[in-house]
Amino acid sequence: MNISLNITETIQEWLIGFMPEGVASILGMSIVALIYLAIFAVAGLYLVLLERKVAAWFQLRIGPNRVGYWGLFQTMADALKLVSKELTGTVKADKFLYNLAPYFVIISSLMALAVFPFTKEFQAFDINIGIFFLIAISSVGVIGILLAGWSSNNKFALIGAMRSGVQTISYELSIGLSLLTMVLLTGSLQLSEIVETQKEGWLILQGHVPAVIAFMIYMIAGTAETNRAPFDMVEAESELGAGFHTEYSGMKFAYFFLAEFINMFIIAAIATTVFFGAWLSPFGITESIPWLGVFWFLGKTLMLVFLMMWFRWTFPRLRVDQLLTLEWKYLLPINLVNIVIMAIIVWLNLTIKF
Amino acid sequence: METTLVKSNFKSEEYFINMGPQHPATHGVLRLLLTIDGEIIKKVEPDLGYIHRSIEKMCERDSYQQIVHLTDRMDYLSSHINNEAVCLTVENALQLELPDRVKVIRTILSELTRIASHCLWWGVMGMDVGALTTYFYGFRDREMINDIFEETCGARLTMNYNIPGGLMFDIHPNFVQRTKDFIAHFKTKLPEYDTLLTGNVIFQKRTKGVGVLSKEDAISFGASGPVGRGSGYSCDVRKHHPYSAYDRVTFNEALKTEGDTFARYQVRIQEMWEAMSIIEQLIDNIPEGEHKVATNAVIKLPKGEYYQKVETARGELGVYIISTGTKNPYRLKFRSPGFSNLSLLNHIAVGGKIGDLVASMATLDLVIPDIDR
Amino acid sequence: MSYISDIYTGIKTLLTGMSVTGKYFLTSRKGAITQQYPDNRSTLKMFERFRGEVVMPHDENNEHQCTGCQKCELACPNGSIEIIWDRGIDEATGKKKKFIDKHIYHLGLCTMCGLCIEACPTDAIVWAQNFENSTYDRTQLTKVLNRPGSKVKAGVED
Repeated sequence: MNISLNITETIQEWLIGFMPEGVASILGMSIVALIYLAIFAVAGLYLVLLERKVAAWFQLRIGPNRVGYWGLFQTMADALKLVSKELTGTVKADKFLYNLAPYFVIISSLMALAVFPFTKEFQAFDINIGIFFLIAISSVGVIGILLAGWSSNNKFALIGAMRSGVQTISYELSIGLSLLTMVLLTGSLQLSEIVETQKEGWLILQGHVPAVIAFMIYMIAGTAETNRAPFDMVEAESELGAGFHTEYSGMKFAYFFLAEFINMFIIAAIATTVFFGAWLSPFGITESIPWLGVFWFLGKTLMLVFLMMWFRWTFPRLRVDQLLTLEWKYLLPINLVNIVIMAIIVWLNLTIKF
Repeated sequence: METTLVKSNFKSEEYFINMGPQHPATHGVLRLLLTIDGEIIKKVEPDLGYIHRSIEKMCERDSYQQIVHLTDRMDYLSSHINNEAVCLTVENALQLELPDRVKVIRTILSELTRIASHCLWWGVMGMDVGALTTYFYGFRDREMINDIFEETCGARLTMNYNIPGGLMFDIHPNFVQRTKDFIAHFKTKLPEYDTLLTGNVIFQKRTKGVGVLSKEDAISFGASGPVGRGSGYSCDVRKHHPYSAYDRVTFNEALKTEGDTFARYQVRIQEMWEAMSIIEQLIDNIPEGEHKVATNAVIKLPKGEYYQKVETARGELGVYIISTGTKNPYRLKFRSPGFSNLSLLNHIAVGGKIGDLVASMATLDLVIPDIDR
Repeated sequence: MSYISDIYTGIKTLLTGMSVTGKYFLTSRKGAITQQYPDNRSTLKMFERFRGEVVMPHDENNEHQCTGCQKCELACPNGSIEIIWDRGIDEATGKKKKFIDKHIYHLGLCTMCGLCIEACPTDAIVWAQNFENSTYDRTQLTKVLNRPGSKVKAGVED
């Protein structure tokens, strides 16, 4: 039986068979959401393991290799341990906000995963404002961090949360502007349209010079957005303990931790979609087998995730004021000039098409 | 209608933060009481004594051969040099003439210890500013030195190999070859350290112009070692008051004048190159001879006061013994380099940010057991 | 113009830094310096001078070389060695001689300084290379170095 790759429609049509339409659509969406949640929760765990192994190889050692062959069950064991921990709370912490904060962070991460085109038509939610939706949802995560820092009633956590808030808000500008540069080439915000225009060559090749500059700015801003080194003043382990999640333990800490890795995956996935052609194979070699697109997508995303890990384990940290100087005095002006250059190139039809 | 602007006496709240005894960035158990205003530091007050083990008092009860093993544990990263300091004080007081072989071997071991200490310092410096891989590269090279020590002396960290009168036993036959192999290996690695950290634009922005110490302040606070040399104060004990075999080797003293964190960093890297050149000059011509001079089983120093200073990896260590002619010292005092270097932390950190404090402390290279004894 | 040259030099230094770690990543299989400790006990060989623990070697007739002179007890800085001795008649010469009943060694107090081994005139105690000395019970760290029923080898003082 040929299962179409458009899972949302498949499930809904199956359900309409025995339910009224309204209930079927809601139930269908919930089922798709549960499937994504299950897959990405496990995927988040394996991203953590990948980070640990990659970090170990950079540092001349072997990563986890005891729990299961190659350490494959290591993060499962860690997750079990975290689930069994006591959920402590400080005495004077604001209980409601303290418990609410992790949910903001994890929900915004998981919602953003809904719009990615894993392969042709395998998209849970294909709306016409795709990129705008992604940027908006990732901004919601900041609220979680600020709430966590404030409600912990801990000076260190508060300093960490304030720094993180400032950092995230500043770098969202750069992300938005560099993605806007690429939207100039495609003319549409909808993600499946963006992939369609890349059938004539990936966007990073189509808009040559400004696209490469936009990609570099996007990678820097994306690393800063997820609070990873070299921009991880927030969780600067050698300075202030653990930053905004000092007072969290057990499952709530697991939410923050997992959300960081899923955010990293999201930034890499956006870059793959917009710059490198999502599920399209280079030179169209496997066009005839649509489901291989998932492997191309994951491969490209994992390459970019590896690049972000490489940044983390090589560079020292930037100080908070240097971080903000980088954004406002260097990245933003270059971004604006880049948009103008890209606009001129598109207007004069100087893009490279295959 | 007039509105009057009420000038309120608004002073933003100053935070009081405790960088407590257990902290990843203070190298050991050091408690710093910070008064900060937002991100700017207003006052730093160190609180010592968490690892005080009354070493100086224990030295009043031990005989002179037994004192040496206590000094290992003071500044454990330059344990050889600490041992040498006490042994030299006792030997100068007894006016013993040491054979050349002992002097040359002690110098080679001191320089190897210096390289090992600076390797660890480099790794930890990278880790403090955020580059977490440098720690492992530094330790990989330090492991080779530890293997050399383990083969000859039997221990990796607290060697207790010097005794008053010479060395406890002779060096292992493989010592010379292993040291030469290590020098050849390390010469290819030290430029890599430069590529990875020194030339990095982020690192330079983090350390240039940070924690500036002028030459007059360095002299008045009593800074010694690389901290003083980074500000232009020429204070190398090996040059000004040579001991062991330092008068027969030629080496440059690493001096920089800017006095900021980057200058101290460069001074230590330069010291590693100089240490390698000293070892190269000595390793091929170790004179033959006895490895120790016979002393009495019970050593008694003649009545008087004796002082000897040596250059450890941190700075100038002084040993001061008052003897009343008995078999234990009446009083033994160590002038530790870390204590004077820590006293200038308040001076260089005020006005900077917390990130600057961490970077400056990393270049002061404090080992807290040295300060607390 | 220095704005652009700053950016250019900055990016160049960052890329050279990344090349160093990248090179280690690619050679990580044989460059790893981890020793997988409990699994490699069969091939692990410590250096012969390594200071693990003080032992008293006994030969095949269960004889050791300790004459009870107490030089090691005097040399030890913190009292990790206690010798319980007695005087008795030596069979060979008929004169009164010291012999040891127990040579007690407190491994929990020992700082591995090596002064006792240097002080011993008959090489009765030496270093052993085993470093896995941790136990669950502190009384097991007080060891008696001479085996039961052993006696001193004849003619060792000469």
